[in-house]
Amino acid sequence: MAAQIFSAIFVILVGVGGCVAYFWGANKLLDIVFPSRGVTGAAAVDNLRRQGFIRPWLFVGPALLILTVYLIYPVVETLRLSFMDRGGTGFVGFANYEWALGDREFRNSILNNVLWLAVVPAACTFLGLVIAVLTDRIWWGTIAKSLIFLPLAISFVGASVIWKFIYEYRGDGQVQIGILNAIVQFFGGAPQVWISIPFWNNFFLMIILIWIQTGFAMVILSSALRGIPEETLEAAVIDGANPFQIFWKIMIPQIWGTIAVVWTTITILVLKVFDIVLTMTNGQWNSQVLANLMFDWMFRGGGDFGRGATIAIVIMIAVVPIMIWNIRQANRETGGH
Amino acid sequence: MADLTLRQVKKSYGSVHILHGIDLDIKSGEFIVFVGPSGCGKSTLLRTIAGLEEISSGELSIAGERVNDVPPSKRGIAMVFQSYALYPHMTVYDNMAFGMKIAREDKAEIDRRVKQAAEILQLTRYLDRLPRALSGGQRQRVAIGRAIVRNPKVFLFDEPLSNLDAALRVATRIEIAKLKESMPGTTMIYVTHDQVEAMTLADRIVVLKDGHIEQVGTPMDLYKKPGNLFVAQFIGSPAMNISPATVSKAGKTTIVEHVGGRKATVPIASPAKAEGAAISFGVRPEDLFIATGKDYLFEGKVDYVEQLGEVQLVYVDIGRGDQPLVTKLPGNVEVARGSILKLAANAEDLHIFDGNGHSFALNGAVAEVA
Repeated sequence: MAAQIFSAIFVILVGVGGCVAYFWGANKLLDIVFPSRGVTGAAAVDNLRRQGFIRPWLFVGPALLILTVYLIYPVVETLRLSFMDRGGTGFVGFANYEWALGDREFRNSILNNVLWLAVVPAACTFLGLVIAVLTDRIWWGTIAKSLIFLPLAISFVGASVIWKFIYEYRGDGQVQIGILNAIVQFFGGAPQVWISIPFWNNFFLMIILIWIQTGFAMVILSSALRGIPEETLEAAVIDGANPFQIFWKIMIPQIWGTIAVVWTTITILVLKVFDIVLTMTNGQWNSQVLANLMFDWMFRGGGDFGRGATIAIVIMIAVVPIMIWNIRQANRETGGH
Repeated sequence: MADLTLRQVKKSYGSVHILHGIDLDIKSGEFIVFVGPSGCGKSTLLRTIAGLEEISSGELSIAGERVNDVPPSKRGIAMVFQSYALYPHMTVYDNMAFGMKIAREDKAEIDRRVKQAAEILQLTRYLDRLPRALSGGQRQRVAIGRAIVRNPKVFLFDEPLSNLDAALRVATRIEIAKLKESMPGTTMIYVTHDQVEAMTLADRIVVLKDGHIEQVGTPMDLYKKPGNLFVAQFIGSPAMNISPATVSKAGKTTIVEHVGGRKATVPIASPAKAEGAAISFGVRPEDLFIATGKDYLFEGKVDYVEQLGEVQLVYVDIGRGDQPLVTKLPGNVEVARGSILKLAANAEDLHIFDGNGHSFALNGAVAEVA
């Protein structure tokens, strides 16, 4: 424990110190190579111009390098691997993609992902919006909001463990330690192994992500609602709009951009959903999703680099357009007016 | 007919009382301006008339009908907000049409009324634009247009000019005055803290302070016969000079002794029991002139001169502590700083107020003289 703490501190010191040393040193070096003081006239102007040209690259350089190595290279490499065989050595053309189209589990994953996409972003945004509106009017709203926000601080795996206990199953007639089955049994029903019921188990897993992400939607939408000028609502009251019309025709359009950003942000998150499925079912009972399937092929059962990479590319193709739209929308929100 | 009547209207938030029983009768077609310093309750009063604030007690009626519990949209009012409060996601056209669309009125009728309002306000070219693509003055006109389209019996303005720059404010003020002329049957109630707007626009001004009505009257009434010290100093710029004085002889005309032991005869009646009472003696800066004869009201050393061109404000130290007397003299008169100035005023321009600040000129004051 102590050794780990010390090593963490050591790494931080070396990391931060290294950065400071690099930027300071590189800047200094630039001044020495192209001095602007001590030389006269045209030479000084020339050197200043050279400095101005080189300095940005010196400062942005490390970030560009790291991004290239850790982001761009993996993308290219994944794309290459998706055309390779199991070991990543022999070229197989589109065979992996053809395999994916015909694979039962892959199709099941696509279907489940679509299901997640249809339910989770909508549920989170809707609940977040409703809670944001309702908590605005009550004195204990802040407390309620804090409680709803809290799950966001829990890791997906941690949240899954919590919910595993909620869905926990013990045989009929035994004392149920899972609250859901305890309730079912209290009302005279038979306990169920919730996470193994095909199709419906997807929804039991989605509830976990909704539980986590509603807080995010609520906080962002709540601040957007606060930004609506009070007088526009009063003007609508005078214009004769009822509360329902004010909500839909005056409030929602004014925060539409924010709703879109929240929706797409959660959509991207959902496309990448992995931890919850891995922890709860590991894709059994028809609850597989793309990210977990990719992990299975890449790192389990001996590993198939080609198929794993193919699934990764499919996920990327799905995420990229939404991400571009999301970034544009977010820029318009912050940069507009 | 849209007479508007307030009877003992009170408004409080918990134990904080904003309005302390407002009584007011507004006649159909009048242009009424509520004026007062910030925090006097003028905006709250307007918002209770609009129905945006509930009335704590008392009665509000429009055209003879009690409207305390009538929702804002059914009161026959329209309101122009200080911040314009345009719906940012709607075009100018939709902003103006929103109320009628909500009321499910006939499409052709909506179109006719919106286009007509746009015509009056020269907004026809901008009907397809969003509010953010308009200038401040144009937004203000859209807000007015939205109110016109509602065809209200009572038009409410909440400090509509305070977000405009000085030049535009004057232009829009004139536009509002012309708008009023073109809608003679419509009652308008206008809130401002700017006494120039109040003087120029109002048929009658309502001066408010701390949730009470101080005085109601035509602009010239308030200027010529302020009912109390507050109104005297609030209307007119610079404010009226007030000096402490005592009544040395009461009667049909009152003789007062003021700063420096000088006496002045004021053609305002005072009751016999007022003799010897401590009062306030007031005269407006613009009513003072340089004395030529032996009779003068004030004498003092010129402390400071503000030359404005056509007029100059001259601050004269008459021994009232650190409060100099202000006088507005023609700009072409040579007044040297440090020189001694003797000032006089016509008798009918003098004002006297009793110990409670009430004017002797209006009835009310007399009983309270100590």
